[in-house]
Amino acid sequence: MAQEIDKNDFEQNEVVVDRVSKAYGTGQFAKPVVTDCSFSLQRGKLTVMIGPSGCGKSTLIRLLAGFEAPDSGTVTMNHKPVSGPSKERLVLFQETALFPWLNTYDNIMFGPRARGEDTAETKATVEKLLETIGLTAFRKKYPSQLSGGMQRRVELARAMINDPQVMILDEPFRGLDAMTKELMWEYYARLFESSQRTHFFVTTDIDEAIFLADRLLIMTHIPTKTTAIVDVDLPRPRKLTDLFESERANEIKMKALTLLHQEAMKSFSGGSKAAADFVDAYAKRKTENGKQA
Amino acid sequence: MIRTARNHLSDLKKQLFGQSTARALFSIIVFVLIWELGSKSKDWFGFVTPWLGHVPAPTDVIKVWIGLLTDSSYWQSWVMSFLRVLAGFVTAMVLGIPFGLAIAVSRISYGIIFPSFEVLRPIPPLAWVPAAIIFWPTQELSIIFVTFLGAFYTIVINVLGGARAIDLRYFQVAESMGASKWDVFRRIILPGTLPSIMVGAAVGMGLTWEVVVAAEMISGGGGAVGSSGGGLGFFIWNSYVGGSYEQIIVGMISIGIAGFISSAGLRKLGELCTPWLRKR
Ligand SMILES: Nc1ncnc2c1ncn2[C@@H]1O[C@H](COP(=O)(O)OP(=O)(O)OP(=O)(O)O)[C@@H](O)[C@H]1O
Ligand SMILES: [Mg+2]
Repeated sequence: MAQEIDKNDFEQNEVVVDRVSKAYGTGQFAKPVVTDCSFSLQRGKLTVMIGPSGCGKSTLIRLLAGFEAPDSGTVTMNHKPVSGPSKERLVLFQETALFPWLNTYDNIMFGPRARGEDTAETKATVEKLLETIGLTAFRKKYPSQLSGGMQRRVELARAMINDPQVMILDEPFRGLDAMTKELMWEYYARLFESSQRTHFFVTTDIDEAIFLADRLLIMTHIPTKTTAIVDVDLPRPRKLTDLFESERANEIKMKALTLLHQEAMKSFSGGSKAAADFVDAYAKRKTENGKQA
Repeated sequence: MIRTARNHLSDLKKQLFGQSTARALFSIIVFVLIWELGSKSKDWFGFVTPWLGHVPAPTDVIKVWIGLLTDSSYWQSWVMSFLRVLAGFVTAMVLGIPFGLAIAVSRISYGIIFPSFEVLRPIPPLAWVPAAIIFWPTQELSIIFVTFLGAFYTIVINVLGGARAIDLRYFQVAESMGASKWDVFRRIILPGTLPSIMVGAAVGMGLTWEVVVAAEMISGGGGAVGSSGGGLGFFIWNSYVGGSYEQIIVGMISIGIAGFISSAGLRKLGELCTPWLRKR
């Protein structure tokens, strides 16, 4: 069962999702995607949501961002209901959404320019960001001239420059090769640790989730809701080497995997092929990890 | 500066002496050779090659052409056709791009305007010639109007399609970064539509040449300037009436060259406007 959230704890909770449901289609074709889902994003913390592929994570993100409205329930940010997109909640999408017609520098400057903040101070911040993501030499390149990993880094920078109160990331590193991915975790963790902002990160990758998270939300299969919350009390700043060696990290991973495995078994009995693959993959990883531990 | 100038020069060299240039030259030489043999076969081999036997030979055409190079009315025809194409094309761009964008961004204007547009669109521009001659006060204006129609529909359809095909996420990203409606228009919709505008312009340019030549033939030259104001279309027609078949061919090739120059210029312009599409 999901932990009860204290809705009135606004000191701690920046965003509160309260008994939200969402279905697509109408009448007999209605397909519930999210049902009775509640969770909160704690101020200044990195909350990671992990759940089976296709369970409705991106749908939840659209509700949080305000691109769509829930059928029932509420999404509130600092007491105020979310009623539409806002620059206070920035979304980094699953697929690259860099503007193809702008080069690296202009892509990052998009937000500031749109708000008329093309100041010397902003420019200095852009330089710092470019350095942090290691792309100073690529400032004049168009997205099509960058590798997949570079594109994701530019997108991170383009979002971070706006210093949103809540940063929402939808599987931003999906589809990158393993090495690039691990590099990206470190880039991103560095950016998060220096930002002091509330972050919400969606993934299907357990290592990614544990390396990044302060809190881990584990989701059920479709129609989704929060099934468990795991606190990831690993010290920051984190390093990848720590992750694989730390006993505590492995403990948390086992706990999360067990919960995910149960979830996958449930949808497996529902006959989903994706779920079957999921069970196989995670059962294997679990035994591997069990041997290591 | 010097470095880039040198790079440009070497690029140009590559373009001029590259493999593709060699192929193009080969293709043209073989074509002209076959044509020459075909049209001279009666004198040289004693039989008439079907079709080609009745076409003036390239050598004769070139002779006539060289004679025309010093003829100011020949060049006047070039200038007139170019001016008409330019006038029609630029008007089509100036009106077509905002028009296409307007019906792309506003559902209301789309609902009101697009149905009429779709009814008018299938009417071939040349079918407008008689009506245009009646409606417009001068013949010049009616030719330009018909030329304009040739490019207008294509440009509008391309702008509309291009603007609608812009990824929804670009709008969401822009909005969530605090971009205003105007920002979205000028920083997303405009550059996002630019590649399609260029495609529409290229197709439209080809159509304007087709239309201008036909319109010039039908309307029989610009009245005010005399026969030399008729443009290349009228030049061909006049040569036909005068029985100079070599000149007909000169006129045809001239139009080919004029069309090629316009498309090449337009392509260059398109590449300059959309640097992010350059291959690397
Ligand atoms: N606009 C929509 N209209 C109809 N159905 C939709 C829509 N958006 C999502 N769905 C359905 O909702 C379900 C969940 O989709 P969603 O994209 O939220 O999943 P996800 O957890 O993000 O998946 P993934 O891990 O593959 O990104 C899917 O079955 C999808 O078909
Ligand atoms: Mg998704």
